[in-house]
Amino acid sequence: MNTNNQTKAIYTILAWTISGLIFFPILWTAITSFKTEAEAISSSPSLFMFEWTLENYSDVLARSPYFEHFWNSIVISVGSSLVGLLIAIPAAWSMAFVQTKRTKNLLMWMLSTKMLPPVGVLIPIYLLFRDTGLLDTKLGLVIVMTLINLPIMVWMLYTYFKEIPHEILEAARMDGASIKDEIFHVLLPIALPGIASTMLLNVILAWNEAFWTLILTAANAAPLTAFIASYSSPEGLFYAKLSAASVMAIVPILILGWFSQKQLVRGLSFGAVK
Amino acid sequence: MATTHSRTLAKLMLLPSVSLLLIWMIVPLCMTLYFSFLDYNLLMPGDNAFIGLMNYEFFLTDPAFIESFFNTLLLVLGVLFITIGGGIGLAILLDQAIWGRNYVRIMVLAPFFVMPTVSALVWKNMFMNPVNGLFAHFAEFIGVTPVDFFAEMPLLSIIIIVSWQWLPFAALILLTAIQSLDREQLEAAELDGAGPFSKFIYIVVPHLSRAVTAVILIETIFLLSIFAEILVTTSGGPGYASTNITYLIYTQSLLQFDVGGGSAGGIVAVIIANIVAIFLMRLIGKNLEG
Repeated sequence: MNTNNQTKAIYTILAWTISGLIFFPILWTAITSFKTEAEAISSSPSLFMFEWTLENYSDVLARSPYFEHFWNSIVISVGSSLVGLLIAIPAAWSMAFVQTKRTKNLLMWMLSTKMLPPVGVLIPIYLLFRDTGLLDTKLGLVIVMTLINLPIMVWMLYTYFKEIPHEILEAARMDGASIKDEIFHVLLPIALPGIASTMLLNVILAWNEAFWTLILTAANAAPLTAFIASYSSPEGLFYAKLSAASVMAIVPILILGWFSQKQLVRGLSFGAVK
Repeated sequence: MATTHSRTLAKLMLLPSVSLLLIWMIVPLCMTLYFSFLDYNLLMPGDNAFIGLMNYEFFLTDPAFIESFFNTLLLVLGVLFITIGGGIGLAILLDQAIWGRNYVRIMVLAPFFVMPTVSALVWKNMFMNPVNGLFAHFAEFIGVTPVDFFAEMPLLSIIIIVSWQWLPFAALILLTAIQSLDREQLEAAELDGAGPFSKFIYIVVPHLSRAVTAVILIETIFLLSIFAEILVTTSGGPGYASTNITYLIYTQSLLQFDVGGGSAGGIVAVIIANIVAIFLMRLIGKNLEG
């Protein structure tokens, strides 16, 4: 018993140390966001013993339209996830319940579209967006985010739908349910948890996407990724403000992410690991 | 057995996804291919003459391409190596009986949810800055010269940042895989006199191969097109020392407005990704979906 507890203690200390180190940059950013700029670059940095201040947060809010960027991030990530679900649910349903020889190839093909490097289509998308007035609009980004995340959504929904027993649908059919009833009264309620996790994962992916959001936006539709990137230019005395802005950009999604960690594994591994 | 009616319906339901992805893949790609044969620069409006393979010749013989090709390779392989190695270690550690495992999990997972621009800027300024960064303070404290990370080892610095972002993902997937390991098999091996090492090699590693495959596949998809981390830290420099193919094409297309050259680069990037994809698809074709 005693040696058991001893090994447990050693493993506990080891695990807490390593995970603490991994988490440290985030913790340090959070702490720095409450320091003065002078304190933030002090050569004898302090973890807790300093004068805590909220002025960085008010400075960031005064200096830039944070809430506009925040709203843009919400519209782009939630909007693209909702549109994506509308398109992906029927496809995943169809592949999960009416399996053909081609289903597996189709899934693989969808996944392969994810392998298309964004720079391969960068110029046409940029020019098309410029000519249609979609550049620097939320609508434009919703369209791009929907398309780049569609394969992941279909895959993820497919792995959930495949686990729904077919007998349930057959029983409903026996009772004379139409396809519409089948979907709305039988399938959707059972599949709702899977749909919710797919949505959650896609909100996270779209929130953090930093290729298209940086390239296709300027002032109007810039989400938080682009807002933070604007802090890359001035060097020097701005650590505390950078930290405050960073905290405001990552906290919402960090919380969402912690809630959905189990679904994340499943979704992102395309069902290879459950 | 499905009826003909539901088969037709099934096809109809697939239609939006398939056609959208097909359009998304083919239309811009054909345009890129078309542009890549033109002398087309946004700053020099002209007749956009057809110049055959000249753009490809320029792009492929540009020393910047060779350098960024190897940078891309190093970036992908370096991050894969660190995250999978570290991930296996972390997964085994987190699988042990420890106090407060949920808190540990939450801390390990956190970096994955940090957007690339934030993690790159935080690491660049607050940790790796040669004057005010935490690493510099620490170096002074123990009496060594601080390292100017982004000047002396730009690519390695970016590899470190990106690995920090992806380690949680690898660890979590591998942990989930380890937890599904058959405990009885391990106990049986122990009874037969297998030590921790041979248990690891003969039972844990084969069991993990599927999860490792998934991690390699997904990380490679994202790592091939790393962009934001380079943009906000080094802008590809010094010289081309931290430019990957994605970043090179971005500078050519949107900073130098060379549509023709950038397009040729884009097609080259697609071909490289395809070679990688064929290899990876073989791998997962074997390992996924049984």
